[in-house]
Amino acid sequence: MNHAQQVDIELIVNHEKINCRVPVRVNLVDFLRNELGLTGSHVGCEQGVCGACTVEVDGTMVRGCLMLAAQADGSTVNTIEGFAESGRAGHLQQAFATHNALQCGFCTPGMLASALEYLEQGGVADRAAIRQHISGNYCRCTGYQAIVDAIEEVAGQTETTDGQ
Amino acid sequence: MKAPDFNYQRPASLSAALQLLHDNDQDAQLLAGGQSLMPMLHLRIAQPDMLIDLNRIDELATIDAGDAHIEIGSMVRYAQLEASEQIKTCLPLICSALPHIAHSAIRNRGTIGGSAALADPAAEMPALLIASNASINLVSTKASRVVSADDFFTGLYETALQPGEIIKSISIPKPGNNSVFGFYEITRRHGDYAMAGVAISAQQQSPLHKMRVVFFGVAEKPLRAHNCEQALENGTANDSGAIDLAIKSLEQLPLMGDQHTGVDSKRHLAGVALKRALQELH
Ligand SMILES: Cc1cc2nc3c(=O)[nH]c(=O)nc-3n(C[C@H](O)[C@H](O)[C@H](O)COP(=O)(O)OP(=O)(O)OC[C@H]3O[C@@H](n4cnc5c(N)ncnc54)[C@H](O)[C@@H]3O)c2cc1C
Ligand code: FES
Ligand code: FES
Repeated sequence: MNHAQQVDIELIVNHEKINCRVPVRVNLVDFLRNELGLTGSHVGCEQGVCGACTVEVDGTMVRGCLMLAAQADGSTVNTIEGFAESGRAGHLQQAFATHNALQCGFCTPGMLASALEYLEQGGVADRAAIRQHISGNYCRCTGYQAIVDAIEEVAGQTETTDGQ
Repeated sequence: MKAPDFNYQRPASLSAALQLLHDNDQDAQLLAGGQSLMPMLHLRIAQPDMLIDLNRIDELATIDAGDAHIEIGSMVRYAQLEASEQIKTCLPLICSALPHIAHSAIRNRGTIGGSAALADPAAEMPALLIASNASINLVSTKASRVVSADDFFTGLYETALQPGEIIKSISIPKPGNNSVFGFYEITRRHGDYAMAGVAISAQQQSPLHKMRVVFFGVAEKPLRAHNCEQALENGTANDSGAIDLAIKSLEQLPLMGDQHTGVDSKRHLAGVALKRALQELH
């Protein structure tokens, strides 16, 4: 067996073209954090359970810990840094701040990514549906209530804008 | 922990993947959605010398509707099934169960073939495939064969897959116009693996006819409950006498507890799931 196999990958991260050589066993979120310095995505469980590592790959939100960096070759990746910079999550970030929807902030980048997916897929201000959509993201601080409040508020705003 | 070291191969065709698997069989493992295998690598439960990544094999990722069957490629992801109009119109049972499988981010990657190959006893898909009378299409470098879902799931994380074989696709017969379906699972939290669940199909509702009642999360593998089906046959979904008999028949099933739920609780929950699934038969 070929120990420490490395592959060359080319991908777009937060609108920037990246060329890199990575050991094949490195997962995507470790690559983003350790190689690219994008430490907004967090690493909690490395088993897909906590959701702290959630990032967008080719338009869908995925667990950054359950994909190899090598598998993202040729992909377009967006992280919380990208969502913040482009303003895509601006309204959500604002609502999270207003509602105290974060305390330590460990879960927040993943929570925002999941909430963004909910809203962009046309999710409405329905608390049960919101809870269902973020059921894969753990928060150990807030008790979720404020997070649901924040997402509900933004969903409500979007609905009204759509209705006008 | 981090994944152990391995050699990574990303074949572009099924035949290339089969050749790699053939040449490295003892040491290679297939990587589908990675939503179970990646955690196993991180936990070092899996330590393959080689990972054969199926994610760039387009021919495995299609849904084809024929006259009598829908053929779903093994690399079709749950999210792809959820978005498919064909699945929505032709396979209402699978469609109604999909939102209960894990969470959105997991469904964006996890595949139907990966779930079948893993054969987790608490997973929804194996039970759905048995309830849908599905067939699993297997290929190797030498031959291809078809195994019915009834025979495919052989034990705890065990299947009829032989060394060198890959699940190519899964064929599900299109149900007849009078068919009805039920699905119910009991979980601690939405998206968790079920503590107990049941998938039901019947070729006719009143009276119930030719049922398939398949429990999951309660035994070492998905369990088809023939006695339960017999108790309900020719009755209606709200015939309380028949339902009581059906629930009583669960005593004969070889159920198994897990670290959270003892076997008696499992049996009780299986009965509750059955009752509720029958109430919602549609
Ligand atoms: C937090 C979390 C919650 C989850 N909750 C649920 C749940 O509620 N219900 C549920 O059912 N699942 C759940 N899952 C698991 C998820 O459904 C997985 O996607 C699925 O079990 C495996 O599919 P995969 O495509 O990810 O396969 P992988 O993880 O890539 O592979 C699984 C196994 O199958 C083998 N394999 C894959 N494809 C093939 C093929 N074509 N031919 C032969 N062998 C193959 C692999 O070698 C490996 O051994 C959860 C996962 C996570 C991380
Ligand atoms: S670190 Fe990826 S889900 Fe927890
Ligand atoms: S704010 Fe601390 S985990 Fe959510």
